[in-house]
Amino acid sequence: MHIHTCLSPCASLEMSPGNIVGEAKRKGLQVIGICDHNSAENVPAVSKTAAREGITVIGGMEVTSKEEVHILALLGSEESLFALQKIVHESLQGTNDEKLYGEQVIVNEEEEVIGFSDKLLIGATGITIERLVDLIHGLDGLAIAAHVDREGFGIIGQLGFIPEGLPLDALELADPSKRDCVPHGHHFPFITSSDAHKVEDVGRRSTTFLAPALSTTEIRRCLSGVEGRSARI
Amino acid sequence: MTLTLQNIANALHLGVETGHDLLERGVNGGYAGDMLSDVLAHAREGDVWITLQTHPNIVAVASAKELCGIIIVNGRAPAVETLRKAGEEHVPILVSPLATYDLVCRLGELGVKNREGV
Repeated sequence: MHIHTCLSPCASLEMSPGNIVGEAKRKGLQVIGICDHNSAENVPAVSKTAAREGITVIGGMEVTSKEEVHILALLGSEESLFALQKIVHESLQGTNDEKLYGEQVIVNEEEEVIGFSDKLLIGATGITIERLVDLIHGLDGLAIAAHVDREGFGIIGQLGFIPEGLPLDALELADPSKRDCVPHGHHFPFITSSDAHKVEDVGRRSTTFLAPALSTTEIRRCLSGVEGRSARI
Repeated sequence: MTLTLQNIANALHLGVETGHDLLERGVNGGYAGDMLSDVLAHAREGDVWITLQTHPNIVAVASAKELCGIIIVNGRAPAVETLRKAGEEHVPILVSPLATYDLVCRLGELGVKNREGV
């Protein structure tokens, strides 16, 4: 549910649609989530490449909130994904410096470079975490707090604890054995994912969803354990 | 003599967002940080906390650590919910247009104490 592409300045330039999908296939993944930092411009290319191989792509973004917390936003359609991207981009200040942060390459499904994002994708938006979760839910998406067991950019590291009543759909663990990092009293479902920035890392960790179909709606049902569905890490 | 929040607010022209009746609290020291987990781990009772975070969680952290107050830097405005909670929890919130480093330097010049042995 959390794979970066060559659009993320911190990801390898080898993270092209073909390489990501090829590695996902080798690792036996049926569905992958594409979440670059604060942008979704490579989702269409990965989706088209994956469709040829029978792999489903959930399009998303790893949005940086005003508090510098990373939230995975997984959206059910490209229309809602790009509606969220528009809001995120309007709130993102600054211009990328490729020498300092890395290149932000936009590609198509033929592995051709079609442009470079000049936005400072590594930066933070001015959107509060509460507003961000609201926006994602308003677009019928899933809001998952990323790598909650990591200090930097994790919700617990940045905010000390999970704000009361924040309606997150799940918490992502970078290390699935670290459920204990979440303070008692919370009952969020967990996922784990590769947070892959390099090709070989795709699929190094994954979540098993038991569901009749592959969509954000079904993932939401799996996270809530509706009617025999489940999410297992 | 221990400085009070009122002394600091007057000297550094801080805006008082909430807690006008709590400004006679003494400032035992200070802590600057924007990762709330770090502040929970390292701030000490009676410290004034300098941060750019405006989220309501800052009130809970200040309350849990019994900090004397919070100064939000860079002219950022605390969230409405933050102010409401601060009122409930009796946590004074002040604001400054200065950046963290500049504000901390001014606090040092005023005589807000350093950690012993540092």
